[in-house]
Amino acid sequence: MTVFIIRRLMQSALVLIIMSLLVFFGVFAIGDPVEIFVAADADQAERERAIKALGLDRPIWAQYGYFVVNALAGDLGRSFVFNIPSIELILQRMPATLELASCAVMLSVVIGIPLGMFAGYRPESRISKTIMATSIAGFSLPTFWVGLMLILVFAVELGWLPSTGRGQLGEFLGIRSSLFTLDGLAHLALPALNLALFNISLVIRLTRAGMRENMPMDYVKFARAKGLSQKRVVFVHVMKNIMIPVVTVIGLEIGQVIAFAVVTETIFAWPGMGKLIIDSINNLDRPVIVAYLLITVIMFIVINLVVDILYSVLDPRVRLADAGKS
Amino acid sequence: MSGPTASAPPTEGGARVETPFRRFVADFRESRVAVGALGVFALIFAAAMLCSLISPQNPYDLRQLDIMDGKLPPGSVSGDGLVFWLGSDSQGRDMVSAILYGLRTSFLVAVTSGVLAAFVGTSVGLFAAYYGGRFDTVLMRMVDIKLAFPAILIALVLLAVLGQGVGKIVFALVIIQYAYYARTVRASALVERRKEYVEAAHCLALPKSRILFRHILPNCLPPLIVVGTIQIANSIALEATLSFLGVGLPITEPSLGLLIANGFEYILSGVYWISFFPGLALLVTIVSINLVGDHLRDVLNPRLQK
Amino acid sequence: MTAATLSVENLETHFFTKAGVLKAVNDVSFEVRQGKILGLVGESGSGKSVTGFSIMGLVDPPGRIVGGRVRFKGQDIVGMPEDQIRKLRGNRIAMIFQDPMMTLNPVLKVETQMIEAVQAHDSVDRKTAWTRARDALGQVGIPSPEERLAAYPHQFSGGMRQRVAIAIALLNKPDLIVADEPTTALDVTIQGQILYEVQKLARETRTALIWITHDLSVVASLADEICVMYAGRIVERGSVDEVLDRPAHPYTAGLIGSVPSRNEKGKPLVQIPGVMPSMLNLPSGCAFRLRCSHADATCCDEPKPRGHLRQVRCCHPLAEIA
Repeated sequence: MTVFIIRRLMQSALVLIIMSLLVFFGVFAIGDPVEIFVAADADQAERERAIKALGLDRPIWAQYGYFVVNALAGDLGRSFVFNIPSIELILQRMPATLELASCAVMLSVVIGIPLGMFAGYRPESRISKTIMATSIAGFSLPTFWVGLMLILVFAVELGWLPSTGRGQLGEFLGIRSSLFTLDGLAHLALPALNLALFNISLVIRLTRAGMRENMPMDYVKFARAKGLSQKRVVFVHVMKNIMIPVVTVIGLEIGQVIAFAVVTETIFAWPGMGKLIIDSINNLDRPVIVAYLLITVIMFIVINLVVDILYSVLDPRVRLADAGKS
Repeated sequence: MSGPTASAPPTEGGARVETPFRRFVADFRESRVAVGALGVFALIFAAAMLCSLISPQNPYDLRQLDIMDGKLPPGSVSGDGLVFWLGSDSQGRDMVSAILYGLRTSFLVAVTSGVLAAFVGTSVGLFAAYYGGRFDTVLMRMVDIKLAFPAILIALVLLAVLGQGVGKIVFALVIIQYAYYARTVRASALVERRKEYVEAAHCLALPKSRILFRHILPNCLPPLIVVGTIQIANSIALEATLSFLGVGLPITEPSLGLLIANGFEYILSGVYWISFFPGLALLVTIVSINLVGDHLRDVLNPRLQK
Repeated sequence: MTAATLSVENLETHFFTKAGVLKAVNDVSFEVRQGKILGLVGESGSGKSVTGFSIMGLVDPPGRIVGGRVRFKGQDIVGMPEDQIRKLRGNRIAMIFQDPMMTLNPVLKVETQMIEAVQAHDSVDRKTAWTRARDALGQVGIPSPEERLAAYPHQFSGGMRQRVAIAIALLNKPDLIVADEPTTALDVTIQGQILYEVQKLARETRTALIWITHDLSVVASLADEICVMYAGRIVERGSVDEVLDRPAHPYTAGLIGSVPSRNEKGKPLVQIPGVMPSMLNLPSGCAFRLRCSHADATCCDEPKPRGHLRQVRCCHPLAEIA
């Protein structure tokens, strides 16, 4: 197990180095770094200072060194618009995005798994067919359009839920989140549902496929031949087998959800890092773009690592195959 | 199921020879849903391609627009006596025309990028599978790293660097999609490469290019077609999303995403049709492509063949 | 004479497929007594496994038992409510499956899978259930059962997994075990060990055993009685010695002739021409007539079973039936 984790950590570090090189060359070699990190209206003295700080008067490998050191120190330039360090700006916005993303993932699990299990358990029933037809729609609906329609129906026509902003934050165990106030929850409902929709469909399809694949297997029949209740067969024997691919995919989808939060946050004016990046692109606030890129890369690498480790915890076959090698 | 059901149906040595293509058509026609979806798609595609002939006005010719006709609800009549069946947008554009022009752009972008990505991806996949070794490892690691990041993120970053434009969004879509083609082709090419007919072709001393393109590639086509269908649907959705966010197509190009974004301003005042109908058009297009793709997967999957 | 542990009477199990109704089990009758072993022999697709599942009440749609009785100790299982059958399954009637690589759940520990089988029928605590599981593993010859209990199925070899499956079947000391080709997927040497083990256990515990197989030589050394199935029907039934020494049905004779043996070295093996017809499309009358050298016009009518304990379903039996 430890060997496995160490090996995966080393792989992740390698990917991180490659990505930092890509970002570096994107910014420094292809673009003009002065252009990117210094606002257009800056005076000559300011430009000089930036060139010095970024090490732009040095050879390219040294520039990369400066870039890495600066990035590690959390200094990737100041936002032109907000005039605070870009990394700090993104870290400020991050909790809102993580809150939205984790709620969306929770929703997709809580809604998707039961529906998918039902659709796989009784594939011929009319309810199952309705579930599957809806999931194809959920797959095909463009997220941004669904967001607009949610606003149209629930905010404009019915007036049940607010359509913009994050609402009031509550504090619980030192965590500030809109989950802890009613107003916050009301603001969270529509964006979370919007963001979850695609993943609900995905989880439904995965769970159903797993169910249909596992139910005719011998081990299910053998478990029934032992006289176990149908409940135990489905919820312990089959479920444990289905959960392996489902958890893996959900884990990998967290990244997708964070990326797609860009769309949902823009529509619902959710003050997260997704809305920030769109605003920054429109305002040409390039230090923020570079910082966003690096931070999401790191987030993705961490997520992939955690999912891989989780996968090996869930599936005894993977775990032991690895132990055998060490 | 064991035994008796597995036996093959009796094949009659009749007048019609069963070519793979005929069998494919026959299998495809088994699903009424898929045939219907294909019909709907063909209709939308034809209407979009012929938009300059069949739409009531050219919504991007400013001389034909009258701001006085702005935001009229569906079924209204314009000052010139034109009926806005799906209403008009804030600048007095007929929504039907705007949707058809927007769809044409969507199709052009999706198909162009799809063809280019298929070309690049197939080449990468084929060479990686055929030459193997370090060449394969490097290419596939690149693909893996690319696939670890969500498409929309890559597109956002590329467009943030490159700026707006049709060519730029096509480029971004190619970068995003090629990896799916590469992985698919590599997987099936690896299987094919080990088969005996490839061995036989080697023994005949056929040139490598001939073995690759005439022997291995045709056998990789079925999964490639499935990926292609799904990718077209995905890139239509992605292009619309990027345009909606304001980083995709420039405002001078007709685009469903931009149309929906414009309608967003008015949605809170109950003017729903500017956003609603273009989205519906997108939805029907994407659903019909996905339904066709879903069924294609079943038909072309050798494991499911009866 | 004691009453039969299990008696199957005119059992009919059909599968309602898109292509038509498939009569997988067609008018099948037999019985097994305490401590006796019944061999159910047939080619794949002859309906022998479906017979086994029918006894367990485990026929899944599109299959359904449409007629006949399965009496276990006098109680008819057919039409019994699911929760009552469940109390018998794994408790009074246990089953061992063909492929040991597939029957154990890959992601649950062996102890979990054994303890749940005990606790499904007995309200005992985990510790007691665990002890019983350990004893059962020891009984089937698994070394150091305490350690093996904490392992996952894929850490066992095929033969060991089948021993685990047998141990699970024995956990609740059943009155009847249905063994569906339990040695087919194993190496020959392991096959011999398992055969020996099961036979010994069945005799010791006086459990009735139904051994389903396609291998006549396995049954010859094991069973007391044999039923030969062909295309969903039992074509011949009788004690091992009678059936093997004096086969009455041409199909049985053909099966016996197909077994290679030392005594007939050099001579060509007898083979049964053709393949079993599709169950959806059986010939009228005797299902075997198209492959049978004795067939004539009378075979186009359904042959009536002749005899009682020793029984054959053939118009031209090769041996006299009392």
